[in-house]
Amino acid sequence: MDSAVFREERGRLLAALVRRFGDLDLAEDVASEAIEAALVRWPVDGVPDRPGAWLLTTARRRAVDRLRRDRTYAARLAILQVEADRADPAPPADATADLPDERLQLFFTCAHPALPAEDRVALTLRCLAGLTTAEVARAFLVPTATMSKRIVRAKNKIREARIPFRVPGADELPSRLPGVLQVVYSVFTEGYAASSGDALQRLDLAAEAIRLARILRRLLPGEREVAGLLALMLLVFARRDARTGPSGELVLLEDQDRSRWDRPMIDEGRALVETALTGGAPGPYGVQAAIAALHDEAASVESTDWPQIVALYDVLLAMTPSPVVAVNRAAAVAMRDGAEAGLALLDELADEPRLRAYHPYASARGDLLTRLGRAADAAAAYRQALELAGTEPERAHARRRLEEIGDS
Amino acid sequence: MKYMLMIYAGSADEAQCTFEDWVAYDKTVKDAGVFVSGHTLKDLTTATTVQVDAAGEATVTDGPYAETREVLGGYYIIDVPDLDVALDWARRCPGARDGAVVVRPVAEF
Repeated sequence: MDSAVFREERGRLLAALVRRFGDLDLAEDVASEAIEAALVRWPVDGVPDRPGAWLLTTARRRAVDRLRRDRTYAARLAILQVEADRADPAPPADATADLPDERLQLFFTCAHPALPAEDRVALTLRCLAGLTTAEVARAFLVPTATMSKRIVRAKNKIREARIPFRVPGADELPSRLPGVLQVVYSVFTEGYAASSGDALQRLDLAAEAIRLARILRRLLPGEREVAGLLALMLLVFARRDARTGPSGELVLLEDQDRSRWDRPMIDEGRALVETALTGGAPGPYGVQAAIAALHDEAASVESTDWPQIVALYDVLLAMTPSPVVAVNRAAAVAMRDGAEAGLALLDELADEPRLRAYHPYASARGDLLTRLGRAADAAAAYRQALELAGTEPERAHARRRLEEIGDS
Repeated sequence: MKYMLMIYAGSADEAQCTFEDWVAYDKTVKDAGVFVSGHTLKDLTTATTVQVDAAGEATVTDGPYAETREVLGGYYIIDVPDLDVALDWARRCPGARDGAVVVRPVAEF
């Protein structure tokens, strides 16, 4: 038995301790101590009937011991504690677990808008995914010391500015939930489409995001955008094995061996899309999931329901106007109406400052120009993509395309 | 916990909030029982800067002249349970519409 076994428990334990003691540092310390104690005791004494309750009791005892030894610390926490109790009564115990699941408030604290975006992601991975600081650092390709500083800084702000551990009320939830979902989705995109490095995908990170979304889905079963986000990630992640070739090179959707897609995962994602799109206006994750589902359902690029995909991009664009979405829409229009129509839409976006460093824009232009037989223009576009791409497989893809059109 | 809401003015020509908005906000803060203190500062043209150098010599200068958006126009100190409540008071402050409100926890020693 090793500490990885406790990753699921660790988040729950941490959340329960944070609610009781109002301090993330103390909660982390005693949670680790309780888990260490379990690793020593359980192999000898046997696993207790209610392991979660055992861990919580042990951790609480350690916390109380520490507070007895350190009076000033205790005095400060005592104030926090009274307010935590007043502000937030304990949620009812989860019937299936012996430890109440109080992780939702930790999600909202870690994704608090008063924290810098990069810190939100790091804290969520540390506190809720149960990654060590070194693992979080590796995930973002920064030295452990850098990540450690970032996490300390975030925890300091939570404590010193007193960012509360609470679930926003019904009136605030619509404005705060997207921030939590954004954190989870950015973990996913960093894992699935790494922004830098040699590898195109860091699948463990993407899987971690899916695990976090599953937790959120259990905690907020009525929120359709949570279902939408989980659906989107499953439907995209289902293609992971087909997305890279034998030597790690990027394989585009149109060239992927669709028999290698993960069918059970697609089925799960499709069921969630229905939930996400039923019972009112859909949210942006629900719509993106629906687009992903249409790709996953199609036997080939040619038989893909492009008119429906374009229609969904229209909905998405109205909801979240973004040049990146407009690029994707243009590519779908090219499939529906031909390369000329798609290229015209892409060229309309030429002055968008946000697309200037966005290599998929250059690649999309290169692709449509190739299809139109404009080799010289296509080569120029791919050379630009080559310059802008952040990972080696993406650069290799651009180089291959350049070779194919006879320009190297 | 005490927080300072530092109200940074936007351009006076573009101000959308009326004197009545400020009176109403001030009353809400005081009626809610969270008000500790608060003042409006006079125009930046009335400001004077004092600096003392290593030799103990004081220099007095007119100013500072900062970018309009950086001008601190006033502040509130409020006493509320946590940052979320403080941010909510900042959100309701007329100064957040015409300029920006920076929320800072007050250190207690």
